[in-house]
Amino acid sequence: MDPGELFAWSRVLIVAGKGGVGKTATSAALALAAAQTGRIVLLVEVAGRFDATPMFGVDPQAYDPQGYDEQSIYHAPGGGEIRRRSITPDAALTDWLESHGFNRLIRRMAKSGILEIVATATPGIKDLLVLGKIKHLETSGAADVIVVDTPAAGHALHFLKAPLAVRQAVRSGVLRQQATETLEMLGDEQRCQALLVTIAEETPISELIETAFAVEDEVGLALGPVIVNGVLPNIAGLSETKLNGKTTASAALHPQQVNDLSTATKFRQERTILQNQQLNFLAQRLPLPRVYLPALFTSSIGLTELQTLADAFQQSIRQQASQ
Amino acid sequence: MTTTEPKYDHLVTKKQVIVTCGTGGVGKTTIAASTAIAAAKAGRRAVVITIDPAKRLADTLGIDQLGNTPTIIEGPWPGTLGAMMLNSKATFDHVVEQHATTQDQLEQILNNRFYINVSSELPGTQDYMATEKLYQLHTCGQWDLVVVDTPPTRDALAFLEAPKVLTRLLNNTIYKMLVSPRPLVLRTVSRAAGLVVRRLSRVVGAEVVDDAIEFFQTFQGMEEGFKQRSAAALTLLTSEDSAFVLVASPRSDTIAEARYFLSRLDEASLTVAGVVVNRVLAALSASAADAADISRHLQDTPLAAAAQALTDHVKAAAGDDNRIEQLMVYAPNATLIKIPLMATDVHDLTKLSHLAELLTSNSPEETTDT
Repeated sequence: MDPGELFAWSRVLIVAGKGGVGKTATSAALALAAAQTGRIVLLVEVAGRFDATPMFGVDPQAYDPQGYDEQSIYHAPGGGEIRRRSITPDAALTDWLESHGFNRLIRRMAKSGILEIVATATPGIKDLLVLGKIKHLETSGAADVIVVDTPAAGHALHFLKAPLAVRQAVRSGVLRQQATETLEMLGDEQRCQALLVTIAEETPISELIETAFAVEDEVGLALGPVIVNGVLPNIAGLSETKLNGKTTASAALHPQQVNDLSTATKFRQERTILQNQQLNFLAQRLPLPRVYLPALFTSSIGLTELQTLADAFQQSIRQQASQ
Repeated sequence: MTTTEPKYDHLVTKKQVIVTCGTGGVGKTTIAASTAIAAAKAGRRAVVITIDPAKRLADTLGIDQLGNTPTIIEGPWPGTLGAMMLNSKATFDHVVEQHATTQDQLEQILNNRFYINVSSELPGTQDYMATEKLYQLHTCGQWDLVVVDTPPTRDALAFLEAPKVLTRLLNNTIYKMLVSPRPLVLRTVSRAAGLVVRRLSRVVGAEVVDDAIEFFQTFQGMEEGFKQRSAAALTLLTSEDSAFVLVASPRSDTIAEARYFLSRLDEASLTVAGVVVNRVLAALSASAADAADISRHLQDTPLAAAAQALTDHVKAAAGDDNRIEQLMVYAPNATLIKIPLMATDVHDLTKLSHLAELLTSNSPEETTDT
């Protein structure tokens, strides 16, 4: 598949994964790759804090992470663009109630706590309304591609199952209609797919496999390639490298240097073995294409790092196409 | 004289409640389990409440989803180690049972759909029930230390504020109106609210609203008990007997979130007694420039691969110390514990036990004059 095709296939890409797997950076890199194919990309942040925007070089003080309005944050040379906005559950609920004739009462309702009662009486309502808002953006053609950075997993499944929960609780009315329409979008792979993100470690991989089956079976959501973040690149010859008196004697190194080399080598060898075991396990258990994004060996992510990830993403998708 | 700096040892041997908090993916549950093991090693009876442990960790601890009471884990320690996985719904049912005045009231509540939503779906229910469970275990007399692993959240205070969610529901005017025996529309005070309720019925369906009204009417008489219980749990959590431990990783994004956590805790006048930075890469003596020198020196030799591994390692670890230092500015009185990134995942008891040793031995020396 050409990367452009992935972005042409479904307008909505839902990026989901456990905390700490680099979901936000992945969403940003996907948005960048899509914008660089000339598309208008909308990057939607659901959790409302510590989002991808600063990775594009935007001053953290210069925008509101919970800003409900679209804000342009990146222009690609070929005319593509990335806009960001946040759709927090509370904002989605307020927006929805306002558009259903509750506008004058909203403040009073918020103050009296009735919003909490509504949300409690109808499990999943807030998450449904977030997804409903995304569906609205999708059908109104707000962007060519909509990348959704979801809340951390366990949670992600909860989030994606919200329309089902609401359909069970509400038997009639506009809310049920909203749930039905949202489920239609989630179940149509030409409109929406989920990209699951992990790192090559045991816990996130097992959770990803569980989430993958649950998302497909219970929500009917189509799964795009699994994205494995932080993959250690292979170093030629490292697995056979041994540091001992024999190998270091001729190299004229200080003992401290030998020590550093030895620690780094041993650690990298062990992590590589663990990583490969986990990648094999993933491949055996989950019959989905995989995209490997390289470990960046940096602790902060800016446009340079995002470009590396976006390039790796495109290359990986192309390679799979040619296989 | 003892410094104000509490060593992790001190927390593990003296505190009665330890709450681990932090964002997801930093190894919070593992640290919580190891903390309880450290206490068992020190001869105490320690129990850890986990929220959503990874499968293998749950297997190691012998806890399954159904049990809502601690399982005893045998191990080479003089104390007792217990572990459990929180079942929010069962815990909530238990609280209702305790406060219900009649059998009828109990059954009506347990079968009410609004209650079923409250006890399983309300944001913060997990947090709320974690505090309830910790309070139960703390007061039952079987445990010297209760370690609670909080649900992953982006807000440090969610855990403390959770009990207030229900109290707030019970205190609000709509609730008071709903439980009033008089028809809604006749009450002038709540005319606007009555309007809201009728409109809501049209939007979310009348049965949803009816369920809520029934719940609040049935709940009458139990509010006081619930409020007192919440207040007692909060008092315990904010007392000297309890300690908060923040778990983070040295990555800049988690450090930013951890800093936010600390500032939120500070706003609530809560002090963090320990900061555990997990997954820290082994510090090497080589700088980036040194690594580059070594790489050049070893170019085209059999050790070129080792030099590449060193270069990557140094690059990845660069700035860790700096970021950790910045984080500690927000928790000046906390003990800092750095836990190295292990080559393999920590799931079995031997590795958890090793981690427990790292936690307690890693503490900076107390400057005391014994």
